[in-house]
Amino acid sequence: MELTRYILRRMVLSAFVVLGVTFLVFIVAQVVPSDPAALYAGPRPTAEQIEKARQELNLDAPLIQRFAGFAKAMGTGDFGVSYKSRRLIAEDLRAYLPATLELAVFSTGLALLIGIPLGVLAAARQGKWPDRLGSFGSIAAVAMPTFFLAMILQLVFAQWLGILPLSGRLSREISVTAPLSMMTGFNLIDALLAGRLDAFGDALKHLILPALTLASYPAGVAMRLTRSAMIEILERRHVTAARALGLSEPRILFGHALPNAMGPALTVIGLSFAYALTGAVLVEIIFAWPGLGRYVSEAILAKDFPVIAAVTMVVTICYVVMNLLIDIAQALVDPRVALS
Amino acid sequence: MTRLVQRLGWPGTIALVVILLLVLVAVLAPWVAPYPQQGVGVPNVAAKLSSPSAQYWLGTDHLGRDMLSRIIYGTRISLTNGVLIVAFSLLIGLPVGLAAGYFGGWIDEALMRGTDVFLAFPALLLAVLMAAALGPGFLNSIIAVSVTWWPWYARLARSEVLVLRNQPYVEAARLAGVSHGRIIIRHILPATGRPLTVQAALDVGPALLTAAALSFLGLGVLPPTADWGQMVDAGRKFFPARWWYSATPGLTIFIVALAFSVLGDALRERKGGTARASA
Repeated sequence: MELTRYILRRMVLSAFVVLGVTFLVFIVAQVVPSDPAALYAGPRPTAEQIEKARQELNLDAPLIQRFAGFAKAMGTGDFGVSYKSRRLIAEDLRAYLPATLELAVFSTGLALLIGIPLGVLAAARQGKWPDRLGSFGSIAAVAMPTFFLAMILQLVFAQWLGILPLSGRLSREISVTAPLSMMTGFNLIDALLAGRLDAFGDALKHLILPALTLASYPAGVAMRLTRSAMIEILERRHVTAARALGLSEPRILFGHALPNAMGPALTVIGLSFAYALTGAVLVEIIFAWPGLGRYVSEAILAKDFPVIAAVTMVVTICYVVMNLLIDIAQALVDPRVALS
Repeated sequence: MTRLVQRLGWPGTIALVVILLLVLVAVLAPWVAPYPQQGVGVPNVAAKLSSPSAQYWLGTDHLGRDMLSRIIYGTRISLTNGVLIVAFSLLIGLPVGLAAGYFGGWIDEALMRGTDVFLAFPALLLAVLMAAALGPGFLNSIIAVSVTWWPWYARLARSEVLVLRNQPYVEAARLAGVSHGRIIIRHILPATGRPLTVQAALDVGPALLTAAALSFLGLGVLPPTADWGQMVDAGRKFFPARWWYSATPGLTIFIVALAFSVLGDALRERKGGTARASA
């Protein structure tokens, strides 16, 4: 009962947040810029063209009416046309969103895969050098500018070692010579569905560096959270009992302690996903990753406000939905959350 | 000095020294920079993209300007960025949080739900949207980041006030007929000050990191003013052949942010170490 009420309350609040987000995006994208009509009319517009654009954009209508129109368009997925390319934004989003999501999901997995074992190791060797090194690493990961880490990884793995591609999402041999048919838009899945192992390997290689860049910070957080949860659990009686039974140390750590320390994993998933969506703007530029981040950064330079507004809306809604799901999952796993 | 080391530990002390040095360098930029003219932005085309040498310790950029001087002048922009972002955010967040916590009820609900809307955005994306709408520039980029930053202070201030609101001395003031405004400013604000000041000082690091990301995207200070994020971006065209162009300002950002991060860690650990009585 308490649980259902909590979930319902969170859903209603999220709906209000989405409405607020829509309003804020509307204000920033349509009211703050000095003259959207001049931008819409194209380069060096005449006074007539601007006037025509004003009417097309309905800029003379009252603010409330304009907002209602904007909210309705966003709600129906009609994001309008790009000022610059005159293409339908919804179509562009369909091409770019999967690329960004693929990166976000992959980097989240990577963060857990790196952070949790390191956290276990740090807890097992508490106060020794692996612990200290790990702690420093997780602090350093917070301070590292995303764009700088990306460039270092490119320098080391693509330029010096030459084992991973510098940028892009697929090699030219795949994307031009034998392109994948787009089904889900996730290259890894599309390659598997088509039974193309060459394309799968190629897509995977291209994913590693950008995903690693995005995973560094959440991996640091995952390490810290796992470490402190493990330290607490290693002092519990069932662990002592397992020790008394003479079980091997790895078996105690991974078989008996870690499953009880998995609480933070959900927090990390949410945080990592959010971080990937934010960091995408920077990482996708550097790795020439054809996703939302690069799309929006090009739109910024062109002052293409409909595109900026659409991307902000879509990404923020992904973010809100993700947070809602995490909150619900956390309440299901640990019903005490719903009561507090 | 020994007491300081005792309190912060060695890493914390080193971090504090780095930050103080940074402030000093920013203030004394014209005297510390080897080529102050180039630091400000005057080109020196004869020495275009020279690698690090005795003459140019960190090499030169595509206009031949000494990287070290540029980085030293960039300190001014980065630090003011960080400080002003935090100051602006406090200016918005503090009143919101104080009012929400003190009055409670529908005022609290309305203010905090509004705050939630700002927190619902991925922070960098909202800053990018703001900065794109306002146009690039020093002040605009600061406003853009502050818009994403203030909700944290609103939350922090609110949680502090919730504790203080029912303290006997506040109730006494209320019974004595002191006005709400005066209670908030004279009795509650000074008590919330300490935790907020510490938090704010530590936030200068992450704030300047975010500002650097914006200027990397071309939404910060415009050239020829030296700015670290913008320098990393400008050097990308010459990377990795002329690695120093991007690497030196990038490394500087990392070291500065790291110093703030380590100092914050040291302070938090100390707080946890000295067992505070039920606070």
